[in-house]
Amino acid sequence: MSNEIMSDIRRDHILNLLKDGKRIDGRGSGEFRKIEVVTNCIESADGSARVKIGKTEVIAGVKIIPGTPFPDTPNLGVLTTGAELIPMAHPSFESGPPGEDAIELARVVDRGIRESGMVDAEALCITPGEEVWMCFVDIYALDHDGNLFDASNLAAVCALRTAVIPGEQYGKGENRPLPITCTPVSVTEAKVGNTLIVDPNFDEEQISTARLTVTTDDNGNFRAMQKGGMGSITLDELSLCLDRAVEKGAEIRKIIG
Amino acid sequence: MSGHTDMVLVDENGMRIDGRTAEEHRNIKIEAGVLSNADGSAYVEIGKNKVLAAVYGPRECHPRHLQNPSKAIIQCKYNMQAFSVSDRKRPGPDRRSVEISKIISEALEKVVLTELYPRASIDVYIEILQANAGTRCAGLTAASVALADAGIPMRDIVPAIAAGKADGHVLLDLNKEEDNYGQADVPVAIVPSTDEIVLLQMDGNMTREEFDRAVKMAVGACHEVYELQKDALKRRYSANAKEADGDEQ
Amino acid sequence: MERRNARQTREIVVPGDVLDNSGMKPGENAYVLDGRVHAGVMGVRNVFQNTVGVIPLRGHYMPVSGDTVIGVIIDIGPSNWTVDISAPYPAPLHVNEVPWKVEFGDTSRYLDIGNVVLLKVLSVDENKKISVTMKDSGLRRIEGGRLVSIPYSKVSRIIGKSGSMITMLKNTTDCRIFVGQNGRIWIDGEEENMDAAADAIKMIEAQAQASNLTDKVRAFIENRLPREEDDFEEED
Repeated sequence: MSNEIMSDIRRDHILNLLKDGKRIDGRGSGEFRKIEVVTNCIESADGSARVKIGKTEVIAGVKIIPGTPFPDTPNLGVLTTGAELIPMAHPSFESGPPGEDAIELARVVDRGIRESGMVDAEALCITPGEEVWMCFVDIYALDHDGNLFDASNLAAVCALRTAVIPGEQYGKGENRPLPITCTPVSVTEAKVGNTLIVDPNFDEEQISTARLTVTTDDNGNFRAMQKGGMGSITLDELSLCLDRAVEKGAEIRKIIG
Repeated sequence: MSGHTDMVLVDENGMRIDGRTAEEHRNIKIEAGVLSNADGSAYVEIGKNKVLAAVYGPRECHPRHLQNPSKAIIQCKYNMQAFSVSDRKRPGPDRRSVEISKIISEALEKVVLTELYPRASIDVYIEILQANAGTRCAGLTAASVALADAGIPMRDIVPAIAAGKADGHVLLDLNKEEDNYGQADVPVAIVPSTDEIVLLQMDGNMTREEFDRAVKMAVGACHEVYELQKDALKRRYSANAKEADGDEQ
Repeated sequence: MERRNARQTREIVVPGDVLDNSGMKPGENAYVLDGRVHAGVMGVRNVFQNTVGVIPLRGHYMPVSGDTVIGVIIDIGPSNWTVDISAPYPAPLHVNEVPWKVEFGDTSRYLDIGNVVLLKVLSVDENKKISVTMKDSGLRRIEGGRLVSIPYSKVSRIIGKSGSMITMLKNTTDCRIFVGQNGRIWIDGEEENMDAAADAIKMIEAQAQASNLTDKVRAFIENRLPREEDDFEEED
């Protein structure tokens, strides 16, 4: 996700530890860092969440405003997800319009939310063909220590879960909770050497060759995936990722309640 | 600023809609050292404003053509997050944020010992998480705490606060309603050790007398903000020391 | 160095704080305004004879000629390498300043990106252009072991008064430990011992303000690495 030069001493240390199944911060290969979620932290947003996974921190806010539906889906609301890797979060991030990393990040989060049908788009219709609620999810990385994918997914999902449609503000009926059908949770693994590790930190990500993000719904069905990185993963490795995405996804759903 | 409303912003007893007197600022909360990657950082709440500031540097200056051979440059980027205002703000810089970034950089130039780091850049990032009038002052207040937290050599810490006018009264630290429907807004930042002004803007309509009163009020309040800034920085280390001793019990 | 190590009552000051108004002279990181000495950086107030200054708590390492530092190669040119020494400026290492005879364009055969080197700062000019050398006794590429980074302002704490802390660390862990003035520390020894030494250094970093730190760290290491001799004594 960003390039920084790591000393060969540290790189070799991480790789040697992984050969014995150990990680630099003492975690097991399938273990997440501590997850902390604060919801409704931004009053100006219609829904918001600040998520920490270890030292990685992300904020997401939802704005819901009336707008025109797409001609081919006249009775469906519109969902848009954007992500910015702002220079506050890491010395290698530069200001300017979102680059390919930020766009990929936003699209992977978007896919999980969209394909799981998390937001009931039909319930966002105000007048078919004329007016629907448009739901904007904006994600900002605040502190980058690896695994922005899962942190961003979690922040976006938690922000949506607490979002309220501001009917009163626009004279479109009463305020009501955004209709939510499920909780899509992504689990990202990185391949470092020949080992797959869940929730990679920044240094692990730096020396990883491949990345796989798997998003599941409440039933443990798969809703979105994205493989990244220049390396490859074997079918056996894929199978492990899928198993762990279901297992870890369920654990994370328990944390966010 | 020139909006009209029937709303009474200051009642007959001189009380404002959020229960403040003319010379009272909103609740202020400042925390130093809130992010892990940045060299220095701060979080500031002034009323309903929520602001994060981060500092990186001094570090190599990019783009290179901006390098100054005799001193460091301060590059501030003020950004409002999309959900920070009541209508969604389109991401990316607009003319307003470019201007605010510039005047905040210039205000900080006055106190930072930039001559110690020729050719380098000190990068200051201000993110407005929630806006409710007065974000440039909150942003500058946070940025100066973040600079000090980054261990950057500087003469002083810069506090900022606005004064203004609503319902014909000169008021300190306008809230959103007072800003929208009031008659003037005067953001001010100073160097506390000398009371020199390093940021000043004004828009609206004020007499000389009203303006003098507004500036005096803002300068006075800047000293209060300054105490909170210092306290935030010192608290960070007293907390650390306690933790260190506590661990060993 | 002795002066940097001096322990005072640890009064935290921030930029602009008045350090003295009784006529003392400004020391490091301090300036005079209207006859009073003010702090010019956040740190600990430090009195030395009739001067008062500030020992910074945070900030970037600024190289001083004669410092020994640990650098990471971040770029390669035909006749020099660019080395990150955790300073605001990268340090160029010229082929004339390495112990090998390097042909033009042959630099990457000797040192590659990511390699770690032990260097000495030759000079820093007034424009802060840094020159470093690898041509002095003990300077070389280092491999293996552990590389730990701490803020440079905590280096004096790792060394301790007259080297008391670092000597204790080396003796109790049986590791070779090299502390760069720039806050990078290289540890080499048995796996378990290196881990203990690295954790001890992180402990010193986190608790730099605490008193009796040397004893606390010794206890920490002895707990992590019980000595066999001690076990025998207890059994006797």
